[in-house]
Amino acid sequence: MSAVTLPQIATLGRRAVIRTARQPANVVFPLIFPMLLLAVNAGGLKAATNLPGFPTDSFLAFALAVPFVQGALLATINANVELARDIQTGFLNRLALTPVRGLVLLVGQLGGLLTIALVQAVFYLAVGLAFGVRLASGVGGAAMVLLLETVIALGFAALGSWAALRTGSTEAVQGLFPVFFVFLFLSSMNMPRNLIQADWFRWVATVNPVSYLIEAVRSLVIEGWNWETIGLGFAAAGGLSIVGFALATQALWRRLERT
Amino acid sequence: MNESSSRVRDAVSVAKGVSWRVLHTFFTNPAFLLPSVAFPLFFFTAFVGGLSRIREVPGFNFPTGYTAFQFVFVLLQSAAFAGVFTGFGIARDFESGFMRRLMLAASNRSGILLGYAVSALVRWLTVAAVVTLVALLARMEIGGDGVDLFGLYVLALLLNLAGTLWATGVAMRLRTQQAAPVMQMPVFLILFFAPVYVPLNLLQGWIHGVASVNPITALLEAGRGFIAGEPQLTLAAFAIVVGLIAGFSLWAVRGLRRAEAAG
Repeated sequence: MSAVTLPQIATLGRRAVIRTARQPANVVFPLIFPMLLLAVNAGGLKAATNLPGFPTDSFLAFALAVPFVQGALLATINANVELARDIQTGFLNRLALTPVRGLVLLVGQLGGLLTIALVQAVFYLAVGLAFGVRLASGVGGAAMVLLLETVIALGFAALGSWAALRTGSTEAVQGLFPVFFVFLFLSSMNMPRNLIQADWFRWVATVNPVSYLIEAVRSLVIEGWNWETIGLGFAAAGGLSIVGFALATQALWRRLERT
Repeated sequence: MNESSSRVRDAVSVAKGVSWRVLHTFFTNPAFLLPSVAFPLFFFTAFVGGLSRIREVPGFNFPTGYTAFQFVFVLLQSAAFAGVFTGFGIARDFESGFMRRLMLAASNRSGILLGYAVSALVRWLTVAAVVTLVALLARMEIGGDGVDLFGLYVLALLLNLAGTLWATGVAMRLRTQQAAPVMQMPVFLILFFAPVYVPLNLLQGWIHGVASVNPITALLEAGRGFIAGEPQLTLAAFAIVVGLIAGFSLWAVRGLRRAEAAG
Protein backbone atom coordinates (compact mmCIF):
# COMPACT_ATOMS: atom_id res chain seq x y z
CA MET A 1 0.00 0.00 0.00
CA SER A 2 1.49 3.31 -1.06
CA ALA A 3 1.45 6.61 0.81
CA VAL A 4 -1.26 7.75 -1.61
CA THR A 5 -3.47 4.67 -1.33
CA LEU A 6 -3.92 4.65 2.44
CA PRO A 7 -5.34 8.20 2.66
CA GLN A 8 -7.70 7.34 -0.23
CA ILE A 9 -8.94 4.28 1.62
CA ALA A 10 -9.30 6.30 4.82
CA THR A 11 -11.29 9.01 3.02
CA LEU A 12 -13.67 6.57 1.40
CA GLY A 13 -14.01 4.59 4.62
CA ARG A 14 -14.75 7.76 6.57
CA ARG A 15 -17.35 8.72 3.97
CA ALA A 16 -19.04 5.34 4.36
CA VAL A 17 -19.13 5.68 8.15
CA ILE A 18 -20.37 9.29 8.14
CA ARG A 19 -23.05 8.50 5.59
CA THR A 20 -24.36 5.74 7.81
CA ALA A 21 -24.14 7.88 10.93
CA ARG A 22 -26.19 10.62 9.24
CA GLN A 23 -29.11 8.26 8.80
CA PRO A 24 -30.38 7.39 12.28
CA ALA A 25 -32.41 4.48 10.96
CA ASN A 26 -29.22 2.87 9.61
CA VAL A 27 -27.59 3.24 13.02
CA VAL A 28 -30.43 2.46 15.38
CA PHE A 29 -32.07 -0.40 13.54
CA PRO A 30 -28.99 -2.69 13.36
CA LEU A 31 -28.39 -2.03 17.05
CA ILE A 32 -31.93 -2.43 18.32
CA PHE A 33 -33.51 -5.08 16.09
CA PRO A 34 -31.02 -7.87 16.92
CA MET A 35 -31.39 -7.05 20.61
CA LEU A 36 -35.18 -7.20 20.34
CA LEU A 37 -35.00 -10.57 18.65
CA LEU A 38 -32.51 -11.72 21.29
CA ALA A 39 -34.87 -10.63 24.06
CA VAL A 40 -37.81 -12.41 22.46
CA ASN A 41 -35.89 -15.61 21.78
CA ALA A 42 -34.09 -15.64 25.13
CA GLY A 43 -37.37 -15.19 26.95
CA GLY A 44 -39.45 -17.45 24.75
CA LEU A 45 -37.01 -20.33 24.52
CA LYS A 46 -35.68 -20.34 28.09
CA ALA A 47 -37.56 -23.59 28.64
CA ALA A 48 -35.31 -25.23 26.04
CA THR A 49 -32.45 -25.11 28.55
CA ASN A 50 -34.29 -27.90 30.39
CA LEU A 51 -33.65 -30.27 27.50
CA PRO A 52 -31.12 -33.00 28.32
CA GLY A 53 -27.80 -32.10 26.77
CA PHE A 54 -28.49 -28.40 26.39
CA PRO A 55 -25.05 -26.80 26.81
CA THR A 56 -25.97 -23.99 29.20
CA ASP A 57 -28.55 -22.88 31.77
CA SER A 58 -28.85 -19.45 30.20
CA PHE A 59 -30.58 -19.18 26.83
CA LEU A 60 -29.45 -15.55 26.73
CA ALA A 61 -25.82 -16.69 26.76
CA PHE A 62 -26.66 -19.36 24.18
CA ALA A 63 -28.39 -16.92 21.84
CA LEU A 64 -26.02 -13.96 22.32
CA ALA A 65 -23.99 -15.14 19.32
CA VAL A 66 -26.87 -14.53 16.93
CA PRO A 67 -26.88 -10.69 17.01
CA PHE A 68 -23.24 -10.66 15.95
CA VAL A 69 -24.15 -12.42 12.71
CA GLN A 70 -27.41 -10.54 12.33
CA GLY A 71 -25.78 -7.20 12.98
CA ALA A 72 -23.11 -7.88 10.39
CA LEU A 73 -25.85 -8.76 7.93
CA LEU A 74 -27.85 -5.58 8.59
CA ALA A 75 -24.75 -3.38 8.38
CA THR A 76 -23.87 -5.04 5.08
CA ILE A 77 -27.26 -4.40 3.56
CA ASN A 78 -27.35 -0.75 4.66
CA ALA A 79 -23.84 0.06 3.51
CA ASN A 80 -24.13 -1.72 0.18
CA VAL A 81 -27.46 -0.09 -0.58
CA GLU A 82 -25.49 3.15 -0.37
CA LEU A 83 -22.84 1.72 -2.71
CA ALA A 84 -25.57 0.79 -5.19
CA ARG A 85 -26.96 4.29 -4.84
CA ASP A 86 -23.50 5.67 -5.64
CA ILE A 87 -23.60 3.65 -8.85
CA GLN A 88 -27.12 4.76 -9.71
CA THR A 89 -26.33 8.44 -9.15
CA GLY A 90 -23.10 8.24 -11.16
CA PHE A 91 -20.85 8.95 -8.20
CA LEU A 92 -18.81 5.81 -8.87
CA ASN A 93 -18.32 6.85 -12.49
CA ARG A 94 -17.06 10.26 -11.41
CA LEU A 95 -14.81 8.69 -8.80
CA ALA A 96 -13.36 6.40 -11.46
CA LEU A 97 -12.20 9.51 -13.39
CA THR A 98 -10.03 10.53 -10.43
CA PRO A 99 -6.61 9.04 -9.58
CA VAL A 100 -8.35 6.69 -7.10
CA ARG A 101 -7.50 3.10 -8.03
CA GLY A 102 -10.34 0.63 -8.51
CA LEU A 103 -9.55 -1.67 -5.58
CA VAL A 104 -9.32 1.31 -3.24
CA LEU A 105 -13.02 1.94 -3.90
CA LEU A 106 -13.81 -1.53 -2.65
CA VAL A 107 -11.41 -1.55 0.26
CA GLY A 108 -12.61 1.89 1.42
CA GLN A 109 -16.22 0.73 1.29
CA LEU A 110 -15.42 -2.44 3.18
CA GLY A 111 -13.30 -0.56 5.71
CA GLY A 112 -16.16 1.77 6.56
CA LEU A 113 -18.51 -1.13 6.96
CA LEU A 114 -16.11 -3.03 9.23
CA THR A 115 -15.92 0.01 11.49
CA ILE A 116 -19.69 0.04 11.81
CA ALA A 117 -19.80 -3.70 12.46
CA LEU A 118 -17.21 -3.39 15.23
CA VAL A 119 -19.19 -0.64 16.96
CA GLN A 120 -22.24 -2.88 16.82
CA ALA A 121 -20.30 -5.83 18.21
CA VAL A 122 -19.10 -3.79 21.19
CA PHE A 123 -22.70 -2.74 21.82
CA TYR A 124 -23.97 -6.34 21.73
CA LEU A 125 -21.23 -7.47 24.10
CA ALA A 126 -22.02 -4.61 26.46
CA VAL A 127 -25.73 -5.47 26.47
CA GLY A 128 -24.97 -9.14 27.07
CA LEU A 129 -22.68 -8.29 29.99
CA ALA A 130 -25.24 -5.86 31.40
CA PHE A 131 -27.84 -8.63 31.45
CA GLY A 132 -25.61 -11.05 33.29
CA VAL A 133 -23.85 -12.99 30.55
CA ARG A 134 -20.28 -13.86 31.48
CA LEU A 135 -17.89 -14.96 28.77
CA ALA A 136 -16.41 -18.35 29.60
CA SER A 137 -13.32 -17.33 27.62
CA GLY A 138 -12.80 -14.14 29.58
CA VAL A 139 -11.42 -10.83 28.34
CA GLY A 140 -9.33 -12.57 25.72
CA GLY A 141 -12.48 -14.20 24.46
CA ALA A 142 -14.17 -10.83 24.09
CA ALA A 143 -11.28 -9.68 21.93
CA MET A 144 -11.55 -12.87 19.91
CA VAL A 145 -15.29 -12.26 19.46
CA LEU A 146 -14.53 -8.81 18.05
CA LEU A 147 -11.91 -10.25 15.71
CA LEU A 148 -14.30 -12.96 14.56
CA GLU A 149 -17.01 -10.34 14.05
CA THR A 150 -14.63 -8.38 11.83
CA VAL A 151 -14.06 -11.38 9.60
CA ILE A 152 -17.78 -12.25 9.56
CA ALA A 153 -18.69 -8.69 8.61
CA LEU A 154 -15.99 -8.72 5.92
CA GLY A 155 -17.51 -11.87 4.41
CA PHE A 156 -21.02 -10.49 4.28
CA ALA A 157 -19.78 -7.08 3.18
CA ALA A 158 -17.84 -8.52 0.27
CA LEU A 159 -20.86 -10.50 -0.90
CA GLY A 160 -23.06 -7.44 -0.54
CA SER A 161 -20.57 -5.33 -2.47
CA TRP A 162 -20.58 -7.92 -5.23
CA ALA A 163 -24.37 -7.64 -5.47
CA ALA A 164 -24.21 -3.84 -5.50
CA LEU A 165 -21.46 -3.68 -8.13
CA ARG A 166 -22.96 -6.40 -10.27
CA THR A 167 -26.49 -5.00 -10.37
CA GLY A 168 -26.05 -1.31 -9.54
CA SER A 169 -29.50 -1.57 -7.99
CA THR A 170 -30.56 -0.69 -4.45
CA GLU A 171 -33.55 -3.03 -4.74
CA ALA A 172 -31.31 -5.95 -5.66
CA VAL A 173 -29.12 -5.34 -2.62
CA GLN A 174 -32.17 -5.04 -0.37
CA GLY A 175 -33.38 -8.27 -1.89
CA LEU A 176 -30.31 -9.96 -0.36
CA PHE A 177 -31.73 -9.46 3.13
CA PRO A 178 -34.34 -12.21 2.90
CA VAL A 179 -31.75 -14.55 1.35
CA PHE A 180 -29.30 -14.01 4.21
CA PHE A 181 -32.19 -14.16 6.68
CA VAL A 182 -33.09 -17.61 5.37
CA PHE A 183 -29.51 -18.77 5.92
CA LEU A 184 -29.67 -17.39 9.46
CA PHE A 185 -32.87 -19.22 10.37
CA LEU A 186 -31.86 -22.48 8.72
CA SER A 187 -28.89 -22.75 11.05
CA SER A 188 -28.17 -23.70 14.65
CA MET A 189 -29.26 -20.26 15.82
CA ASN A 190 -32.00 -21.52 18.19
CA MET A 191 -30.91 -25.06 19.00
CA PRO A 192 -27.55 -26.88 19.13
CA ARG A 193 -27.13 -29.00 16.04
CA ASN A 194 -26.92 -32.21 18.04
CA LEU A 195 -30.33 -31.47 19.56
CA ILE A 196 -32.11 -30.68 16.29
CA GLN A 197 -34.55 -33.53 15.92
CA ALA A 198 -35.55 -33.19 12.26
CA ASP A 199 -32.87 -34.97 10.25
CA TRP A 200 -33.30 -32.78 7.17
CA PHE A 201 -33.02 -29.59 9.22
CA ARG A 202 -29.93 -30.86 11.01
CA TRP A 203 -28.37 -31.65 7.61
CA VAL A 204 -29.21 -28.17 6.30
CA ALA A 205 -27.78 -26.55 9.44
CA THR A 206 -24.63 -28.66 9.07
CA VAL A 207 -23.94 -27.55 5.49
CA ASN A 208 -24.92 -23.96 6.23
CA PRO A 209 -21.77 -21.86 6.86
CA VAL A 210 -23.76 -19.47 9.08
CA SER A 211 -24.06 -22.28 11.66
CA TYR A 212 -20.28 -22.29 12.07
CA LEU A 213 -20.15 -18.52 12.44
CA ILE A 214 -22.75 -18.62 15.22
CA GLU A 215 -21.21 -21.65 16.90
CA ALA A 216 -17.76 -20.06 16.99
CA VAL A 217 -19.02 -16.94 18.77
CA ARG A 218 -21.25 -19.06 20.99
CA SER A 219 -18.39 -21.31 22.06
CA LEU A 220 -16.40 -18.28 23.22
CA VAL A 221 -19.41 -17.22 25.33
CA ILE A 222 -20.52 -20.50 26.90
CA GLU A 223 -17.64 -22.95 26.48
CA GLY A 224 -14.34 -21.18 26.59
CA TRP A 225 -11.50 -21.90 24.18
CA ASN A 226 -12.80 -24.64 21.90
CA TRP A 227 -10.21 -24.18 19.14
CA GLU A 228 -11.90 -26.57 16.75
CA THR A 229 -15.16 -24.64 16.81
CA ILE A 230 -13.41 -21.30 16.72
CA GLY A 231 -11.26 -22.49 13.83
CA LEU A 232 -14.30 -23.63 11.88
CA GLY A 233 -15.92 -20.25 12.43
CA PHE A 234 -12.88 -18.39 11.16
CA ALA A 235 -12.64 -20.80 8.22
CA ALA A 236 -16.29 -20.22 7.28
CA ALA A 237 -15.97 -16.44 7.64
CA GLY A 238 -12.66 -16.45 5.83
CA GLY A 239 -14.08 -18.56 3.03
CA LEU A 240 -17.03 -16.20 2.62
CA SER A 241 -14.63 -13.25 2.60
CA ILE A 242 -12.38 -14.75 -0.06
CA VAL A 243 -15.25 -15.76 -2.32
CA GLY A 244 -17.04 -12.46 -1.77
CA PHE A 245 -13.94 -10.39 -2.34
CA ALA A 246 -13.09 -12.27 -5.54
CA LEU A 247 -16.61 -11.79 -6.88
CA ALA A 248 -16.70 -8.14 -5.84
CA THR A 249 -13.35 -7.43 -7.48
CA GLN A 250 -14.46 -8.97 -10.73
CA ALA A 251 -17.73 -7.02 -10.61
CA LEU A 252 -15.82 -3.83 -9.89
CA TRP A 253 -13.59 -4.25 -12.96
CA ARG A 254 -16.66 -4.86 -15.12
CA ARG A 255 -18.42 -1.86 -13.63
CA LEU A 256 -15.42 0.38 -14.28
CA GLU A 257 -15.08 -1.00 -17.81
CA ARG A 258 -18.57 0.23 -18.59
CA THR A 259 -17.54 3.71 -17.54
CA MET B 1 -83.11 5.15 1.60
CA ASN B 2 -82.34 5.79 -2.07
CA GLU B 3 -79.38 7.97 -1.11
CA SER B 4 -77.95 5.44 1.30
CA SER B 5 -78.34 2.52 -1.10
CA SER B 6 -76.75 4.67 -3.78
CA ARG B 7 -73.81 5.38 -1.48
CA VAL B 8 -73.44 1.69 -0.74
CA ARG B 9 -73.50 0.90 -4.46
CA ASP B 10 -70.84 3.54 -5.08
CA ALA B 11 -68.67 2.18 -2.29
CA VAL B 12 -68.95 -1.37 -3.63
CA SER B 13 -68.17 -0.18 -7.15
CA VAL B 14 -65.05 1.64 -5.97
CA ALA B 15 -64.06 -1.33 -3.84
CA LYS B 16 -64.33 -3.67 -6.79
CA GLY B 17 -62.04 -1.50 -8.87
CA VAL B 18 -59.47 -1.06 -6.11
CA SER B 19 -59.39 -4.71 -5.13
CA TRP B 20 -59.18 -5.89 -8.74
CA ARG B 21 -56.18 -3.64 -9.34
CA VAL B 22 -54.36 -4.74 -6.18
CA LEU B 23 -55.04 -8.42 -6.76
CA HIS B 24 -54.08 -8.24 -10.42
CA THR B 25 -50.75 -6.69 -9.40
CA PHE B 26 -50.30 -9.26 -6.63
CA PHE B 27 -50.96 -12.35 -8.73
CA THR B 28 -49.12 -11.21 -11.85
CA ASN B 29 -46.02 -9.84 -10.16
CA PRO B 30 -43.74 -12.50 -8.65
CA ALA B 31 -41.94 -9.81 -6.62
CA PHE B 32 -45.15 -9.43 -4.58
CA LEU B 33 -46.56 -12.94 -4.72
CA LEU B 34 -43.49 -14.98 -3.89
CA PRO B 35 -42.39 -13.21 -0.68
CA SER B 36 -45.97 -13.23 0.63
CA VAL B 37 -46.13 -16.98 0.21
CA ALA B 38 -42.51 -17.81 0.92
CA PHE B 39 -42.04 -16.06 4.24
CA PRO B 40 -44.81 -17.81 6.19
CA LEU B 41 -43.69 -21.10 4.70
CA PHE B 42 -40.14 -20.32 5.65
CA PHE B 43 -41.03 -19.47 9.27
CA PHE B 44 -43.13 -22.63 9.49
CA THR B 45 -40.28 -24.74 8.17
CA ALA B 46 -37.64 -23.09 10.36
CA PHE B 47 -39.67 -23.27 13.57
CA VAL B 48 -41.00 -26.78 13.09
CA GLY B 49 -37.76 -28.15 11.70
CA GLY B 50 -35.39 -26.42 14.06
CA LEU B 51 -37.40 -26.48 17.26
CA SER B 52 -39.35 -29.74 17.15
CA ARG B 53 -37.29 -30.97 20.12
CA ILE B 54 -39.25 -28.47 22.24
CA ARG B 55 -41.98 -31.11 22.54
CA GLU B 56 -39.62 -32.97 24.90
CA VAL B 57 -39.38 -30.01 27.27
CA PRO B 58 -40.94 -31.02 30.60
CA GLY B 59 -44.41 -29.50 30.77
CA PHE B 60 -44.98 -29.29 27.02
CA ASN B 61 -48.08 -31.40 26.52
CA PHE B 62 -49.81 -29.93 23.47
CA PRO B 63 -51.97 -32.85 22.32
CA THR B 64 -51.48 -32.58 18.55
CA GLY B 65 -47.74 -32.02 18.48
CA TYR B 66 -45.33 -29.21 17.75
CA THR B 67 -46.19 -28.93 14.04
CA ALA B 68 -49.80 -28.02 14.80
CA PHE B 69 -48.64 -25.80 17.66
CA GLN B 70 -46.48 -23.72 15.32
CA PHE B 71 -48.97 -23.88 12.43
CA VAL B 72 -51.42 -21.75 14.40
CA PHE B 73 -48.79 -19.08 15.04
CA VAL B 74 -47.72 -19.03 11.39
CA LEU B 75 -51.35 -18.82 10.24
CA LEU B 76 -52.09 -15.86 12.50
CA GLN B 77 -48.78 -14.20 11.66
CA SER B 78 -49.43 -14.53 7.93
CA ALA B 79 -52.89 -13.04 8.43
CA ALA B 80 -51.57 -10.01 10.30
CA PHE B 81 -48.72 -9.42 7.88
CA ALA B 82 -50.94 -9.75 4.81
CA GLY B 83 -52.70 -6.71 6.22
CA VAL B 84 -49.41 -4.90 6.80
CA PHE B 85 -48.23 -5.60 3.24
CA THR B 86 -51.47 -4.10 1.95
CA GLY B 87 -50.55 -0.97 3.89
CA PHE B 88 -47.21 -0.94 2.05
CA GLY B 89 -49.16 -0.97 -1.21
CA ILE B 90 -51.28 1.98 -0.09
CA ALA B 91 -48.16 3.96 0.81
CA ARG B 92 -46.70 3.09 -2.59
CA ASP B 93 -49.88 4.34 -4.28
CA PHE B 94 -49.56 7.63 -2.43
CA GLU B 95 -45.96 8.08 -3.52
CA SER B 96 -46.77 7.33 -7.14
CA GLY B 97 -49.66 9.81 -7.14
CA PHE B 98 -52.19 7.12 -7.89
CA MET B 99 -54.05 7.62 -4.62
CA ARG B 100 -54.69 11.29 -5.33
CA ARG B 101 -56.16 10.42 -8.72
CA LEU B 102 -58.19 7.64 -7.12
CA MET B 103 -59.61 10.01 -4.50
CA LEU B 104 -60.61 12.43 -7.22
CA ALA B 105 -62.31 9.74 -9.25
CA ALA B 106 -63.95 7.71 -6.48
CA SER B 107 -67.62 8.43 -6.03
CA ASN B 108 -67.44 7.11 -2.47
CA ARG B 109 -64.01 7.16 -0.88
CA SER B 110 -64.97 4.68 1.83
CA GLY B 111 -64.98 2.18 -1.01
CA ILE B 112 -61.22 2.65 -1.21
CA LEU B 113 -60.82 1.26 2.30
CA LEU B 114 -63.22 -1.56 1.52
CA GLY B 115 -61.33 -2.41 -1.66
CA TYR B 116 -57.97 -2.63 0.08
CA ALA B 117 -59.50 -4.72 2.88
CA VAL B 118 -61.00 -7.17 0.41
CA SER B 119 -57.74 -7.47 -1.49
CA ALA B 120 -55.83 -8.08 1.77
CA LEU B 121 -58.28 -10.83 2.61
CA VAL B 122 -57.88 -12.55 -0.76
CA ARG B 123 -54.10 -12.25 -0.52
CA TRP B 124 -54.14 -13.89 2.88
CA LEU B 125 -56.55 -16.65 1.82
CA THR B 126 -54.09 -17.56 -0.94
CA VAL B 127 -51.21 -17.71 1.52
CA ALA B 128 -53.30 -19.61 4.08
CA ALA B 129 -54.21 -22.23 1.48
CA VAL B 130 -50.56 -22.82 0.62
CA VAL B 131 -49.42 -22.92 4.25
CA THR B 132 -52.24 -25.30 5.18
CA LEU B 133 -51.37 -27.61 2.31
CA VAL B 134 -47.72 -27.70 3.31
CA ALA B 135 -48.64 -28.34 6.95
CA LEU B 136 -50.86 -31.24 5.92
CA LEU B 137 -48.09 -32.63 3.73
CA ALA B 138 -45.84 -32.38 6.80
CA ARG B 139 -48.37 -34.69 8.52
CA MET B 140 -49.67 -32.10 10.93
CA GLU B 141 -52.09 -33.69 13.38
CA ILE B 142 -55.50 -32.08 13.73
CA GLY B 143 -57.57 -32.77 16.80
CA GLY B 144 -60.40 -30.37 16.05
CA ASP B 145 -63.47 -31.00 13.95
CA GLY B 146 -64.88 -28.90 11.11
CA VAL B 147 -66.42 -26.36 13.45
CA ASP B 148 -63.15 -25.91 15.34
CA LEU B 149 -61.18 -25.42 12.14
CA PHE B 150 -63.77 -22.98 10.85
CA GLY B 151 -63.34 -21.05 14.09
CA LEU B 152 -59.55 -21.03 13.64
CA TYR B 153 -59.72 -19.64 10.11
CA VAL B 154 -62.37 -17.06 11.01
CA LEU B 155 -60.16 -15.88 13.87
CA ALA B 156 -57.25 -15.51 11.47
CA LEU B 157 -59.48 -13.76 8.93
CA LEU B 158 -60.56 -11.22 11.54
CA LEU B 159 -56.93 -10.66 12.55
CA ASN B 160 -56.14 -10.03 8.89
CA LEU B 161 -58.83 -7.35 8.81
CA ALA B 162 -57.46 -5.78 11.99
CA GLY B 163 -53.93 -5.75 10.53
CA THR B 164 -55.16 -4.21 7.29
CA LEU B 165 -57.04 -1.44 9.09
CA TRP B 166 -54.02 -0.67 11.29
CA ALA B 167 -51.64 -0.45 8.33
CA THR B 168 -54.16 1.50 6.26
CA GLY B 169 -54.50 4.11 9.00
CA VAL B 170 -50.72 4.53 9.16
CA ALA B 171 -50.35 4.67 5.38
CA MET B 172 -53.15 7.23 5.05
CA ARG B 173 -51.53 9.47 7.64
CA LEU B 174 -47.90 9.23 6.60
CA ARG B 175 -48.40 8.65 2.86
CA THR B 176 -44.84 7.41 2.24
CA GLN B 177 -43.15 4.04 1.91
CA GLN B 178 -40.77 5.12 4.66
CA ALA B 179 -43.70 4.46 6.97
CA ALA B 180 -43.19 0.72 6.45
CA PRO B 181 -41.35 0.19 9.76
CA VAL B 182 -44.11 2.10 11.59
CA MET B 183 -46.66 -0.32 10.12
CA GLN B 184 -44.56 -3.42 10.56
CA MET B 185 -42.69 -3.15 13.86
CA PRO B 186 -45.68 -2.89 16.24
CA VAL B 187 -47.27 -5.91 14.55
CA PHE B 188 -44.01 -7.82 14.71
CA LEU B 189 -43.51 -6.99 18.38
CA ILE B 190 -47.04 -7.79 19.46
CA LEU B 191 -46.85 -11.14 17.64
CA PHE B 192 -43.47 -12.13 19.06
CA PHE B 193 -44.21 -10.98 22.62
CA ALA B 194 -46.70 -13.82 22.75
CA PRO B 195 -46.18 -17.55 23.39
CA VAL B 196 -44.55 -18.20 20.03
CA TYR B 197 -42.24 -21.12 20.79
CA VAL B 198 -43.76 -22.66 23.93
CA PRO B 199 -47.11 -22.41 25.70
CA LEU B 200 -47.73 -19.55 28.16
CA ASN B 201 -47.19 -21.78 31.18
CA LEU B 202 -43.64 -22.58 30.03
CA LEU B 203 -42.61 -18.97 29.56
CA GLN B 204 -40.45 -17.60 32.34
CA GLY B 205 -39.40 -14.18 33.51
CA TRP B 206 -40.41 -10.87 32.02
CA ILE B 207 -41.77 -12.39 28.83
CA HIS B 208 -44.33 -14.37 30.80
CA GLY B 209 -45.64 -11.12 32.25
CA VAL B 210 -45.74 -9.40 28.88
CA ALA B 211 -47.35 -12.36 27.14
CA SER B 212 -49.97 -12.62 29.89
CA VAL B 213 -51.31 -9.17 29.06
CA ASN B 214 -50.68 -9.35 25.30
CA PRO B 215 -54.06 -9.60 23.50
CA ILE B 216 -52.51 -11.79 20.79
CA THR B 217 -51.86 -14.46 23.43
CA ALA B 218 -55.61 -15.07 23.72
CA LEU B 219 -55.88 -15.42 19.95
CA LEU B 220 -52.96 -17.86 19.87
CA GLU B 221 -54.32 -19.92 22.75
CA ALA B 222 -57.78 -19.99 21.20
CA GLY B 223 -56.39 -20.96 17.80
CA ARG B 224 -54.28 -23.72 19.32
CA GLY B 225 -57.34 -24.88 21.26
CA PHE B 226 -59.27 -25.11 17.98
CA ILE B 227 -56.65 -27.19 16.22
CA ALA B 228 -56.24 -29.46 19.23
CA GLY B 229 -59.99 -29.96 19.50
CA GLU B 230 -59.99 -28.45 23.01
CA PRO B 231 -61.41 -24.95 22.53
CA GLN B 232 -60.33 -22.41 25.12
CA LEU B 233 -60.55 -18.64 25.52
CA THR B 234 -62.80 -18.60 22.44
CA LEU B 235 -65.05 -15.79 23.58
CA ALA B 236 -62.13 -13.69 24.81
CA ALA B 237 -60.21 -14.15 21.56
CA PHE B 238 -63.13 -13.13 19.36
CA ALA B 239 -63.99 -10.22 21.64
CA ILE B 240 -60.40 -8.99 21.45
CA VAL B 241 -60.14 -9.22 17.70
CA VAL B 242 -63.54 -7.59 17.18
CA GLY B 243 -62.41 -4.83 19.53
CA LEU B 244 -59.22 -4.41 17.50
CA ILE B 245 -61.25 -4.18 14.31
CA ALA B 246 -63.57 -1.57 15.81
CA GLY B 247 -60.68 0.55 17.05
CA PHE B 248 -58.62 0.25 13.89
CA SER B 249 -61.67 0.96 11.71
CA LEU B 250 -61.92 4.34 13.35
CA TRP B 251 -58.15 4.73 12.92
CA ALA B 252 -58.36 3.92 9.21
CA VAL B 253 -61.41 6.10 8.48
CA ARG B 254 -59.87 9.08 10.28
CA GLY B 255 -56.67 8.43 8.36
CA LEU B 256 -58.63 8.55 5.13
CA ARG B 257 -60.17 11.89 6.14
CA ARG B 258 -56.70 13.27 6.90
CA ALA B 259 -55.43 12.11 3.53
CA GLU B 260 -58.42 13.77 1.86
CA ALA B 261 -57.77 17.00 3.73
CA ALA B 262 -54.09 16.92 2.76
CA GLY B 263 -55.09 16.92 -0.90
